[in-house]
Amino acid sequence: MSFKNRKGISKILAVGIVALVLVAAGVFYYTQIMGAEQPATVTAGGASFPYPLISKWTSEYNKLHPLIQITYQSVGSGAGQNGLFAKTFDFAGSDSPLSDSQIAQNPGILHIPETGGGIVVAYNIPNIGSGMNLTADIIAKIFQGNITKWNDPAIAAINPALTLPDLGIVVIRRSDSSGTTDGFTTYLKNASSVWVLGSGKTVNWPTGIGASGNSGVASTLQQTPGGVGYLEFFYAKNNSIPYAKVLNRNGQFVEPTLSSISKALGAAAPLLTSDIRASVVNMPGDGVYPISVFTYILVYKDLSYMPEARAKAVANFLWWVIHDGQSFSESLLYPRLPSSVVTIAETNLRQLTYNGRPLL
Amino acid sequence: MNKKSIFFKDSAFKYLVGGASMVVVGFFAMIFVMLAIRSYPSIVNDPLMVFGSTWDVNSGIFGGLPAIMGTLASSAIAVAFAIPISLGMSVFFTEYAPRRVRAALSVVIDIMATIPSVIFGIWGLWIIAPLVKNYVQEPIIGSIGFIPLFSGPAYGLSLFLASLVLTFMIVPIISSLTISLLSSTPAELREAMISLGATRWEVVRHVALPFSKLGIFAAIILALGRALGETMAVTMVIGNSFMWPFSSVSLFSPASTITSKIASELYEAVDMLHVSSLIELGLILLVITLTVNFSARLIITRISRRGATQ
Repeated sequence: MSFKNRKGISKILAVGIVALVLVAAGVFYYTQIMGAEQPATVTAGGASFPYPLISKWTSEYNKLHPLIQITYQSVGSGAGQNGLFAKTFDFAGSDSPLSDSQIAQNPGILHIPETGGGIVVAYNIPNIGSGMNLTADIIAKIFQGNITKWNDPAIAAINPALTLPDLGIVVIRRSDSSGTTDGFTTYLKNASSVWVLGSGKTVNWPTGIGASGNSGVASTLQQTPGGVGYLEFFYAKNNSIPYAKVLNRNGQFVEPTLSSISKALGAAAPLLTSDIRASVVNMPGDGVYPISVFTYILVYKDLSYMPEARAKAVANFLWWVIHDGQSFSESLLYPRLPSSVVTIAETNLRQLTYNGRPLL
Repeated sequence: MNKKSIFFKDSAFKYLVGGASMVVVGFFAMIFVMLAIRSYPSIVNDPLMVFGSTWDVNSGIFGGLPAIMGTLASSAIAVAFAIPISLGMSVFFTEYAPRRVRAALSVVIDIMATIPSVIFGIWGLWIIAPLVKNYVQEPIIGSIGFIPLFSGPAYGLSLFLASLVLTFMIVPIISSLTISLLSSTPAELREAMISLGATRWEVVRHVALPFSKLGIFAAIILALGRALGETMAVTMVIGNSFMWPFSSVSLFSPASTITSKIASELYEAVDMLHVSSLIELGLILLVITLTVNFSARLIITRISRRGATQ
């Protein structure tokens, strides 16, 4: 009886000690973190193109800083910009930089390039795999409906190794307004003198069928022999859709890969120093894939309008994104920011202030 | 005292149900006013947007005619396809189908009416589009493609496919209403006809159909309303080209509708005039559906009045 009782007491004692240790550890851990930063919730949103990468970043950052909760809503660049202007988003993701009139109406917004992407010309031609050679003029003529057959002499001339079929070309493009369309048409406007449709998130296409989103273009392309469309690089890669090599300014036909896209971003760095919004398509350079674009995070320079803890969280997160965050890019098929661009992004982030004091 | 409380309860009830109907009226007014206010800049910018055939966001040109034509054409074709299918099915159901077949058919009709439109869209995009392209468009273009209405090339995704998918979406609406109308034909009339030696066809032709024609007409108008406003499925299968009916009048060309245009562009529209033009398209659609409904009502009252005086 007494033995039993003694055993009971020691059990209670053991449980008590364990509980005390746990509480002490908890308090220690909590005060450690509290010492470093205040809890904060950051709400952001915008472009759907970088969404997979940004959501990876927010979850990884949350593992390192459990008190900081960051959510990014994939609502599209336009809605992201409007959310930032209305200050319902603490930062926004956008595939295209702000226009002059937007900047005039909403001054004091920083552009931070956070990653980029390549836009590939994907096709569905029976028995022809990846790697057909194309030039900007040929792509322009195809998407304007001036070249209508795959065995057109212009295509055959730069693809002597391929037996091109006598097959009609079906142009498949985006029906929804999209940063991908913007990047693609900006490239054609820059690189080809025959392109007449201008550039923008939607253009007035004279031919072809419109499909919604990268997924719509990809699925329409897969069931349309003779189809050609433009897709984000990672989308074509993941779905094993064949895509073309494109002639760059150095006269090389370059296959879109993470490294050739990253080279394009690096080649654009000198332009960005003078104007962060500079168009980066069709960059010269060895091994550069010409249809490469940046995607940006937009954030107000002066974050005094939000609680200080949140402002610090935004600044620290963005700083982490352009440094440690870049190590997650390539596994998700996004190019890593070249160091020259990271330096520019750093310079921009250092302009973030709270009540006149720099945040970084 | 007792009487007063009953009176009070009654009037409270009256205000309650009256309030419920005011909510509907209020919502409708709010939608109309919102559309009118937000489309004002676009109306001022180009009062003739309804007749413009070019939609070029970068040049700030917004013409809505292709979308309006696409909406009207796809709905009209769908209704034209759906009427014979639904009427045939309803007559078979009420006159010929054995009890078991009838039970199975009514389950199928009910289920079809509840399938979400995005499912119809996926089905149209992945399953029907290749079939239509290979077995309908290519043979037709091959044989009578010289007629502009059936000219090539065969894309699969087209005005024709959108009309077809819409047909499948509105057949259950028309047929379920028609079935209940046909089955409510007074038994005396039916029996009288049969006793005179009429065939089933004659019973349907001379009793059941005339008896329910107003109701069937109303069912078709309801279906037309659904077809005019359908967004998701149409956006997925129509091909979203703003060229029809100007560069090509072919039924096999990709086209666009008011709803598909709004759904495709509104989220990313930044330019104020662009947003406003899309909203004006919405206003136009509302006016179209209202016109359809009012003229349908007018026709129904005309016909029923004529029926009464005869």
